[in-house]
Amino acid sequence: MPSPRTGAQIIWECLVHEGVNTVFGYPGGAILPAYDAMLDYPVRHVLVRHEQGATHMADGYARAGGGVGVAIATSGPGATNMVTGIATAMMDSVPMVCITGQVPSKLIGYDAFQETDITGITLPITKHSYLVTRIEEIMPAMKEAFHLAKSGRPGPVLVDITKDAQQAKMEFAWDKTPVQMRAYRPPLGASKSELMKAVDLIKQSRKPVILAGQGILQSGAMREVKTFAEQINAPVAMTLLGLGGFPASHPLNIGMMGMHGEAWVNHAIQEADLLLAFGMRFDDRVTGNLKTYAVNAKKIHIDIDPSEIHKNVRADAAICADLREALKDLLEVVGKHDHEPWLKYIGSMKGTAAVRDIQTLPDNGHLYAPHVINDIWRITDGNAIIATDVGQHQMWEAQYYKHEAPRTLITSGGLGTMGFGLPAAIGAKMARPDAEVWAIVGDGGFQMTQAELTTAAQEGVKVNVAIINNGFLGMVRQWQEFFYDRRYAATPLRSPDFVKLAEAHGLLGLRVDKRSDVLEAVQRARQDEGTVVMDFRVEQEDSVYPMVPAGADLDAMIRRPEKSALVETAADPI
Amino acid sequence: MHHTLVALVEDKPGVLNRVALVFRRRAFNIESLTVGRTSEPGVSRMTIVLDSDQTSAERVTAYLYKLVNVLQVEDLGNVPAVTRDLALVKVAVAGHDRGALLRVVDETRAHIVDTGDQTMTLEITGEPPHVDAVISRLEPLGIVEMVRTGQVAMRRGDTALSAAQYS
Repeated sequence: MPSPRTGAQIIWECLVHEGVNTVFGYPGGAILPAYDAMLDYPVRHVLVRHEQGATHMADGYARAGGGVGVAIATSGPGATNMVTGIATAMMDSVPMVCITGQVPSKLIGYDAFQETDITGITLPITKHSYLVTRIEEIMPAMKEAFHLAKSGRPGPVLVDITKDAQQAKMEFAWDKTPVQMRAYRPPLGASKSELMKAVDLIKQSRKPVILAGQGILQSGAMREVKTFAEQINAPVAMTLLGLGGFPASHPLNIGMMGMHGEAWVNHAIQEADLLLAFGMRFDDRVTGNLKTYAVNAKKIHIDIDPSEIHKNVRADAAICADLREALKDLLEVVGKHDHEPWLKYIGSMKGTAAVRDIQTLPDNGHLYAPHVINDIWRITDGNAIIATDVGQHQMWEAQYYKHEAPRTLITSGGLGTMGFGLPAAIGAKMARPDAEVWAIVGDGGFQMTQAELTTAAQEGVKVNVAIINNGFLGMVRQWQEFFYDRRYAATPLRSPDFVKLAEAHGLLGLRVDKRSDVLEAVQRARQDEGTVVMDFRVEQEDSVYPMVPAGADLDAMIRRPEKSALVETAADPI
Repeated sequence: MHHTLVALVEDKPGVLNRVALVFRRRAFNIESLTVGRTSEPGVSRMTIVLDSDQTSAERVTAYLYKLVNVLQVEDLGNVPAVTRDLALVKVAVAGHDRGALLRVVDETRAHIVDTGDQTMTLEITGEPPHVDAVISRLEPLGIVEMVRTGQVAMRRGDTALSAAQYS
């Protein structure tokens, strides 16, 4: 039965009907009616310290839990502060709905206080957006927003609602009918002819490589990919965002590809005669120079977004469909294949490199970031959810933390957003309170959003924050070392005392500067009930190897020098 | 190379902006873009003439389809199509022989749509090269103002572009 509701109430009615029980936000003038109405609905609101944090938390919440993340902010600066988080979600196809207040409709365009054209600003970084000026439009916009955010290729949708629409009243009843959008049609499914083309290519192949991307997680195709890989007996190379989509310990998993991927993986891709791209988009970080990329390989590309097909790499068989459905179809017709000689050859390329060179270095008293991450992996049995920031520690995480399960690595891959790690970890913990959640961050990225530590403290959320502290903006420093003659312009970084910072929040802070102390500290952090900040003072000028320089051929990798000149451990803060 | 795309889009606020963004972001140069109603309620039709090669046109088509409000896109680059452009040209009549102007009108199927003391306004309709040709004949006489609609186009034959299947 319809009953009288304000626009503000309708927003929450919609959120509750969409199954939302947690939102991340920050109040303000134009969204105040919605905040007032919130108190009467069964939704947990997490008060962030900056709206960027709200978007990253909603992002981490969506990635870890598989649902839609919701972030709320007011008009003007509240909305513009969300831009980085929205762009991050757009690049990594994360389902998210952002709700912003807007000045009253009569004032739009008059440069009113805290007015900004947020639908205009976010046009290129949202899947779609709505400017809602009438109460009648709130429910349709909210329903479509959720439908768009999670269907097809997921992405962020922004709903900008004027204050007068929130304050208006109408008779309201939830419309149960599914959303019908005239011009929006996610792909129908794989075409028979393309499927048969793919099957032929697989039959002819002697040296196939499966490229496993985030589409596996998003379509829930973990089982299908595993069955498929085993059935055609092909090695599986992972993209950064694909990690966890295929178990790291599976014998067919050869590791991560791309700029900081394993050397043998990149060589295997370059020598392959067939690439099977599953829910990945041939990003420049995984292909290197496109002109020389896997020139002898035919390509089968399965992706749900038609605009990805033929974008960077021309596909010989293009299957535009949900990956899980496409693989189910393929599995029926592909047959069994054997590629033992090819797998043996890839195994032989690993050689001694399979045992991480850095692990074999004697404990000379110095602490290396890979040691820290490797120890966290061992102690957590590879079962923790890890949110990372962006930079060296992110790549080391990808190399040394072996992800067995989907949605256990939460990282900004496409946009490369520093400051993502801590808020994303908080959001992930909200979505998966049962899981052990870590934020592995650098000293630079942590400081970009460290205010959200206060949010974690206020909310009583337990995340373990491992700061890989090398006293530099490490990845930029590495590029300066390799490509700018070691001229360290603006990369040395002075940080506050992170232990004291934790203590200022009533949280446990730990400092570790010796390899032999890592295990004990990690155990202590896990046992503590609250969020713990760990300051790992690691080697200052270590670099991530191997490395394909930007735009270089994929197999032109810089390898770790035989005797790398490793210098001092990070000093105490001055 | 010129490439003509036709897009059927939902008639909703901001759609033109979204379509324009596809071109702006990738720095595709738009020669002309026209928007107007169709016979179907709520559906607008855009004709976009691009300065691009076939690959770029394919990319643009894919990106246009990605927009939530775009119903259909047709690439008229490789099919026979009727194309029309319309120009209104205000030409000075003082200081030269009015007969020269009337001869152009006579020989080119242009229409006189307005006359003033000092000027005469012509309407020229046809394929873009025809319009170009007429304008170049008018230039020596003194063009004081000109507007062109940009190209509209439609596939020849019985095949019809319609959004009816999406209603």
